[in-house]
Amino acid sequence: MTVESTAARTPRRSAGNKAGTTGTKRTTSTTKKATGARKSAEPALVQLLTPEGKRVKNAEFDKYVADITAEDLRGLYRDMVLTRRFDAEATSLQRQGELGLWASLLGQEAAQIGSGRALRDDDYVFPTYREHGVAWCRGVDPTNLLGMFRGVNNGGWDPNGNNFHLYTIVIGSQTLHATGYAMGITKDGADSAVIAYFGDGASSQGDVAEAFTFSAVYNAPVVFFCQNNQWAISEPTEKQSRVPLYQRAQGFGFPGVRVDGNDVLANLAVTKWALERARAGEGPTLVEAFTYRMGAHTTSDDPTRYRHDDERAAWEAKDPILRLRRHLESAHHADEGFFADLEAESEALGRRVREAVRAMPDPDHFAIFENVYADGHALVDEERAQFAAYQASFADEDGGK
Amino acid sequence: MAGTVTSKNMALAKAVNESLRRALETDPKVLVMGEDVGKLGGVFRVTDGLQKDFGESRVIDTPLAESGIVGTAIGLALRGYRPVVEIQFDGFVFPAYDQIVTQLAKMHARSLGKVKLPVVVRIPYGGGIGAVEHHSESPESLFAHVAGLKIVSPSNASDAYWMMQQAIQSDDPVIFFEPKRRYWDKSEVDTEAIPGPLHTARVVRDGTDLTLAAYGPMVKLCQEVADAAAEEGRSLEVLDLRSVSPIDFDSIQASVERTRRLVVVHEAPVFFGSGAEIAARITERCFYHLEAPVLRVGGYHAPYPPARLEESYLPDLDRVLDAVDRSLAY
Repeated sequence: MTVESTAARTPRRSAGNKAGTTGTKRTTSTTKKATGARKSAEPALVQLLTPEGKRVKNAEFDKYVADITAEDLRGLYRDMVLTRRFDAEATSLQRQGELGLWASLLGQEAAQIGSGRALRDDDYVFPTYREHGVAWCRGVDPTNLLGMFRGVNNGGWDPNGNNFHLYTIVIGSQTLHATGYAMGITKDGADSAVIAYFGDGASSQGDVAEAFTFSAVYNAPVVFFCQNNQWAISEPTEKQSRVPLYQRAQGFGFPGVRVDGNDVLANLAVTKWALERARAGEGPTLVEAFTYRMGAHTTSDDPTRYRHDDERAAWEAKDPILRLRRHLESAHHADEGFFADLEAESEALGRRVREAVRAMPDPDHFAIFENVYADGHALVDEERAQFAAYQASFADEDGGK
Repeated sequence: MAGTVTSKNMALAKAVNESLRRALETDPKVLVMGEDVGKLGGVFRVTDGLQKDFGESRVIDTPLAESGIVGTAIGLALRGYRPVVEIQFDGFVFPAYDQIVTQLAKMHARSLGKVKLPVVVRIPYGGGIGAVEHHSESPESLFAHVAGLKIVSPSNASDAYWMMQQAIQSDDPVIFFEPKRRYWDKSEVDTEAIPGPLHTARVVRDGTDLTLAAYGPMVKLCQEVADAAAEEGRSLEVLDLRSVSPIDFDSIQASVERTRRLVVVHEAPVFFGSGAEIAARITERCFYHLEAPVLRVGGYHAPYPPARLEESYLPDLDRVLDAVDRSLAY
């Protein structure tokens, strides 16, 4: 038996007896052996699919995916493949100069698709800037995500169109917006829930701690979904915390659970569980999806300066897409035709995204002055007029061109 | 109707209270949030009695975390609510500065107009009450510099009442600076009046020799200055700006074109203060009308001093009169 973390282990009422949840007395072995390459002192995590694609039983969470069909599994696989293809296309587009920057989600497909597919339409998502897979699940057109990375807008999609808020770049801020939105759901007497995405780096932000506090005090129906991808640009999680991140929840009085972030089924199950808690009035939950950022932080980053290839190689063996493919194949849930069709669909998506980005026009200069205020502002009007006069002065010099 | 009295004499703090009460009564989406705003009624009693009458779900005692207050207010606004949040004192707003500047101010533009954030941030501000450190500051310029925010500050009870109504009805975020040293000053409030636009200045005293422009706590001082100057045979016009973003430059210009001299007075430090912006723009607009450079009276480029020194730091009658003299000497 390995030694548990340094955090307190008193069982908590709210945490119930779920394996791997905060403060629960863990009984070792079955879930523990799946934790992978990191130190043996790492705590248990919820896993339903092994890296080899073998379905393992979990007494607590199996019921949340009990009714899943082969078609559902193929759907999850398709989501992950298309998300990865979109992501790769965006990275290429950045390299071609079509985008100024791209933040790749490579390696985090299972965490995003699993949690994203656990949501109902009336639930609300507050993403970081890397939730391309969740956006896909919400039905946000992938090309809409690229405007801000191309530099033609700072977001621009209608958050209420798909209940998917704008990407938030300042780290952790959106967890408070999610909490406030969830407080509003409670006031409305609705049974919707909110999910707030953030990362291991954000877990150090004061806003995240305040979001935990507010959500706990007001028992807000919010799921805090932390993708611990091990790296906050160049800083490993050890630079953010001396306890496993999911255990942070304990001090705030709500349960936290660590899930194998590369297991789409486990992410689906655990997120459904957390959402059900929210809907049932049981308040917030922290989910730590233990995953890995396979690529750079963004296209401007150079991970060779701070991490070794062998770490990446260890995680490649736990690839989220590969493991579901192995499962689909061994369970005879998908045939060659399915994979071939998906390959063709992927290429078509890549082509569509490429063409859409290249055709994306620069905004009109006057967009600078648009939507600064909802009810207008005298100074903005004045400066817009000055800008117009300045622009017009060139036309005069050019003989009225 | 003859004899009908719709106006009441009330203190500025009570006027804000009555205005919040009216908003809570008329719009079920209005919420009041902040530290100690519930049972206590706020440290200045501005929210006195509101939780008792509207319940804990609408008048919300929050955890002691300013970023959390503004951040959750943003989320509530996204859900369709109209939160009025209280920051307990001026010097405590900075933990929320990131949420205000980075999120609250920009979200309407980021969403290309699809999201509106009708959030009012109330901040009791300014000195003159002998308070301890961080309880007497005037940070309005730190917000006026940020596009997406609107900044107002009433100088009297009637404006406090009506400007709060208008701020709550605004679809833009409004930072509402309440002059805490004037909280107990009483004046008539007509709750049936039809108020003028929120972001317009008002001439509170006509004059011909020089314009004094101020807002919030300094308007009363400027009226006293005008009284004193009148005894010396000088006619000063006093302009209550009421709004710091936007600033009603048209009204200032109109006044300066008559008086040809301008002194701007605020408690905030002069350096990069709102007076600097007013001086620059009025110089542009009124260059050939001005008989003297625009002068400013305000705080110094030093941390707000301990209470025993604040009278030397804050603009007072003599310092403003000194500036008036200097302007008239040109």
